[in-house]
Amino acid sequence: MGSARHRGGGRRVRPPDQLDARSHGGRYRRRPDRRPVAGQDPKILNAFGDGFAGSRSVTVFIVTLPVIGLIERYGLQQQARKLIGRLKVVTTGRLLAVYLLIRQGTAALGLTSIGGPAQAVRPLIHPMAAGAAERRYGGKLPDKLQEKIKGFAASADTVGLFFGEDIFVAIGSILLITGFVDATYGLHLEAIDIALWAIPTGICALLIHGARLLLLDRKLDRLAAEIKAAEKETAR
Amino acid sequence: MIKVEWFYWLCGIFFVLIALQVLNDRTNPKRVGSAAFWGILGLSFGYGTFVVNKQAPAWLLGIAVIGLAMLAGSGFPGKGEERTTTPAERVHLADRFGNKLFLPALVIPVVAAIFGAWLAKVKLGDGTPLLQTGSATIIGLGVASILALIVGMVLLRPQTGAVGRGRNALQNPGVPLHEGRRLLEHIGWAAILPQMLATLGLLFNASGVGKAVGRVTDHLIPKGSLIAAVALYCIGMAVFTIIMGNAFAAFPVMTAAVGWPLLVQQFGGTPAVVFAVGMLAGFCGTLCTPMAANFNLVPAALLEMKDQYGPIKAQIPTAVPLLACNILVMYVFAF
Repeated sequence: MGSARHRGGGRRVRPPDQLDARSHGGRYRRRPDRRPVAGQDPKILNAFGDGFAGSRSVTVFIVTLPVIGLIERYGLQQQARKLIGRLKVVTTGRLLAVYLLIRQGTAALGLTSIGGPAQAVRPLIHPMAAGAAERRYGGKLPDKLQEKIKGFAASADTVGLFFGEDIFVAIGSILLITGFVDATYGLHLEAIDIALWAIPTGICALLIHGARLLLLDRKLDRLAAEIKAAEKETAR
Repeated sequence: MIKVEWFYWLCGIFFVLIALQVLNDRTNPKRVGSAAFWGILGLSFGYGTFVVNKQAPAWLLGIAVIGLAMLAGSGFPGKGEERTTTPAERVHLADRFGNKLFLPALVIPVVAAIFGAWLAKVKLGDGTPLLQTGSATIIGLGVASILALIVGMVLLRPQTGAVGRGRNALQNPGVPLHEGRRLLEHIGWAAILPQMLATLGLLFNASGVGKAVGRVTDHLIPKGSLIAAVALYCIGMAVFTIIMGNAFAAFPVMTAAVGWPLLVQQFGGTPAVVFAVGMLAGFCGTLCTPMAANFNLVPAALLEMKDQYGPIKAQIPTAVPLLACNILVMYVFAF
């Protein structure tokens, strides 16, 4: 579900003569009793319908929910926590940084569907990241820490996908670039050139977000210490 | 040929079954409206097939879409009481099943990757592709989910009442459906937000919002300054993407306004670098915007976050320096 198409590559842009919102608003204002019926071509409703039918691919992620719910029912998240909890070298930040690297690397090879919030983050990555933190801070995590870990787990997936997939040649965004500029300006751009020039930014993304993920451990340490101090304060 | 529409029908059937379950769920205080929401959504997935094929009028689906938006606006769908295992039971079950629990979860990415990377290129005897062109990812995800579910059912045999207590003793195929509903109810109306925003973006685009913005940016550039033009192109891509939720919608606009006339024609930039980096500058915007719901809001819902903007907050401090990197990369390598 993570393919670039969901950022809009699959959208068919209608020429303006097929859809002019303002003129139709006017028409319906003059004839408020006019109901859209087949044959009269109610263009705005048609555009809504066509757009919704053409965008169904972004909702397909829901087909993973039954199996993920099932294995969660049988303790998947608890098992993931247990597994990571045993490995002392694995911290939340390091785990997410490794996931970022894997996500970006596989996306650069065109394997965009290997990760994703429904397929990977919810069932595997987040429970592991939370498990590592639970071991470090002992027991159930305070809400603040949980939210931080969740936010960063989601971000590792998204950043890895965005700045990895553009290094792969046959991805929607590259085909959109070459398609658009070749048709509009009469150029003959090679998809491989576009893909190569995505590499510098890809490296920057890995360095910046990877560093922030590694620093997350210290941030969590600070947050946990603050919360503990606040608890002591109220206990007194 | 394996067609992508089959999987849209699968989604549709899933939503309709959810609707029937919700209708029977007396613990859900909003069960009728909620069932209507999931039911309309499910039917629209099947009806969409005929709309795409031009066999049915699109306006009927348009009305359904507006109906869904109105239901979402009035607080539907609501949530019933959760009937699943307790955390204590799960710890116990995790001890019993161990690492076997990962197997179904790993089937999904492996199978999806096989479809995307290999089966997408396979052709049938008569020369037609095995998978519908351009839909290998979706088809792969659908098949992967089904296979993973089969593996999970064989492994866990959920009908045996392993969990013990009576309230959990559901019929065999009912268990995954029920658990799927639990997750879907957590996501709630955000489940259709990406599709709604995609539809809305399409309308935006067609009504000429982009062209108007393009004209405005023309007046913002100091004449003859390369770095200003590069920055305007990159920042414009990011800002426009934040508004539209979509870098692909921003690209034609900013390229027509700045990228092509100024950067390539006037300053002689290398087109491949300018356009590749320009698109990536747009992606920096995608990291920051709730309009890109499938990347930013759906993960928050899936992870049951209290702050739905949590992922965006984690991403903005990466997006801003990365945008600066893009400006620098373009400035150094394109000219």
